[in-house]
Amino acid sequence: MPAVLFYLFSALTLVFGLMVVVLRNPVASALSLVMSFAGLAALFISLDAYFIGIIQILVYAGAVMVLFLFIIMLLDIKAEALKKVNAFSVVGGALLAIVFIVQLGMILGGLEAGKKTVADVPIHFEAAAETQKLPTIKDDLAKKSLPDTKLVGMALFHRYPFQIQLMGALLLVGTIGVVILSKREVN
Amino acid sequence: MGSFLDSINLAFIIAAAVKIVFFSFMVILPMVAYSVYAERRVSAIIQDRVGPNRTGIPLTLFGGKKDIALAGLIQPLADGLKFFLKEDFTPAHVKKFYYWLAPALVMVPAMMTAAVVPFGSELDLGWLAKLGVEGAWLHKPIKLVIADLNVGPLYIFAIASLGVYGIVLAGWSSNSKYPFLGGVRSTSQMISYEIALGLSIIPVLMIFGDLNLSKIAQYQDKNGWLLLPLWGEGLTFKRLVLWIPIFISFIIFVVAMFAETNRAPFDLPECETELVAGYHTEYSSMKFALFFMGEYAAMIIGSGLAVTLFLGGWSIPFGAPLGLGYVEGATPIWLGLLHIGCFLAKVVCFIIFFIWVRWTLPRFRYDQLMKLGWLVMFELALANVILTAALIVWLPN
Repeated sequence: MPAVLFYLFSALTLVFGLMVVVLRNPVASALSLVMSFAGLAALFISLDAYFIGIIQILVYAGAVMVLFLFIIMLLDIKAEALKKVNAFSVVGGALLAIVFIVQLGMILGGLEAGKKTVADVPIHFEAAAETQKLPTIKDDLAKKSLPDTKLVGMALFHRYPFQIQLMGALLLVGTIGVVILSKREVN
Repeated sequence: MGSFLDSINLAFIIAAAVKIVFFSFMVILPMVAYSVYAERRVSAIIQDRVGPNRTGIPLTLFGGKKDIALAGLIQPLADGLKFFLKEDFTPAHVKKFYYWLAPALVMVPAMMTAAVVPFGSELDLGWLAKLGVEGAWLHKPIKLVIADLNVGPLYIFAIASLGVYGIVLAGWSSNSKYPFLGGVRSTSQMISYEIALGLSIIPVLMIFGDLNLSKIAQYQDKNGWLLLPLWGEGLTFKRLVLWIPIFISFIIFVVAMFAETNRAPFDLPECETELVAGYHTEYSSMKFALFFMGEYAAMIIGSGLAVTLFLGGWSIPFGAPLGLGYVEGATPIWLGLLHIGCFLAKVVCFIIFFIWVRWTLPRFRYDQLMKLGWLVMFELALANVILTAALIVWLPN
């Protein structure tokens, strides 16, 4: 991806992220967060991580934020928009953010990987294809396309089978709980 | 700057632009217009009426003696013109920015999802060389899909799920009771059925072992459609037994697709008898038309996805044994065109099915809709995933 696009999408993510905090209207904030997620998804896709990029949109922009918006719309927005700005919390928040940015800058500045570009670390498709056992992944790698979804699946189901089953059980319990909770009581 | 320009692959960009213009503007948009016409004609047939059969070439306007009716085929053009000429009225009590944004948010995601649907196998432009055209790009057949992503169905679900913002914002920004109720209904409806929709295609993906829609279509071209495994390597015992979960998947997928596109019998968000017109009550002129077109565009893409996943995409039935199958890099141009025609024919049949259902079934009640989604479709889809997994593991190859 050309560097221009990287800067475009980073700017998109950051500007809309800032608007989430600055805008007074909760609906506008929620929609800004959606745009910020879209920019973030574009950045993931630029790193060949198609799966994570698409899931970012599917889960966060498409489901979580819709629910947020749904709840915000049921609230009284005028009262929310008229709330006075608390000077102390603004200064405190800004200070925390600055400290975090300085920390991040110091750590990332000292990182060796930060000095490399994607062109410096090409993917060795042939070598990678030989190490894989599953035919679909092997074929994709031999054709020089990165099967990121399949690789994520392999990692999840072969390296962390216990953890993924635990997560699955947790989510299932959650789903059943929702169905039970939303059930009306019958006399 | 020079290196930046060199990094751009011009042939790729031109090919992509041509494909986008062809598929979205020359195929989907006219199809949207003519689905509305088909809707009116089919409903007329079902209700024993005539329907719009007059709008043709108005020769009488130019001093002719008689109009040419063309069975009303010009009706969509007249409708479009009407929408443009009507007053575009913005009520005073709406939240203007969101009110203007909402119709676009319905139409844009619907059109964006078209990018990953393979609408044909490939076009071989080698014959142009005989006519004296030169260039290296001639000898590489063009793949007929705008973006050949490895996450095809997920991309469609992700972008389609953004369509709900348009409806929600329309309902909320209209600042009026009925649209708001429509918006609230559509949010809960779309979120509920998204789960069944996503789970319903997991068995399909387990059988294909791939998320790339063009590879899925190629596989079905070679080994029989998922719902019609009657040729190639599809004639195994395993595939025939797996037909049962696939069929359940197909039913759940189609029902969820009806709910996601707000089509009858699940058109509760715009239910006329209860909500005037639901979320687009306050809209007029072209803004209303955008909601209308967005619904039909979503329906066409939904049909395209159903056709690609279950009915072989662009592949011709019994294509491989008849010699009409796709061979990578060696498909003649006439076969490529035939594949496009085959895809479009299947999508048209599916749309007629959509229309037929709308004029046959009565609308669900809202609590019935939610109950069906959460207590039947969701569990059925989950059980189907487990059934398919068990069958794949235990059945001999």
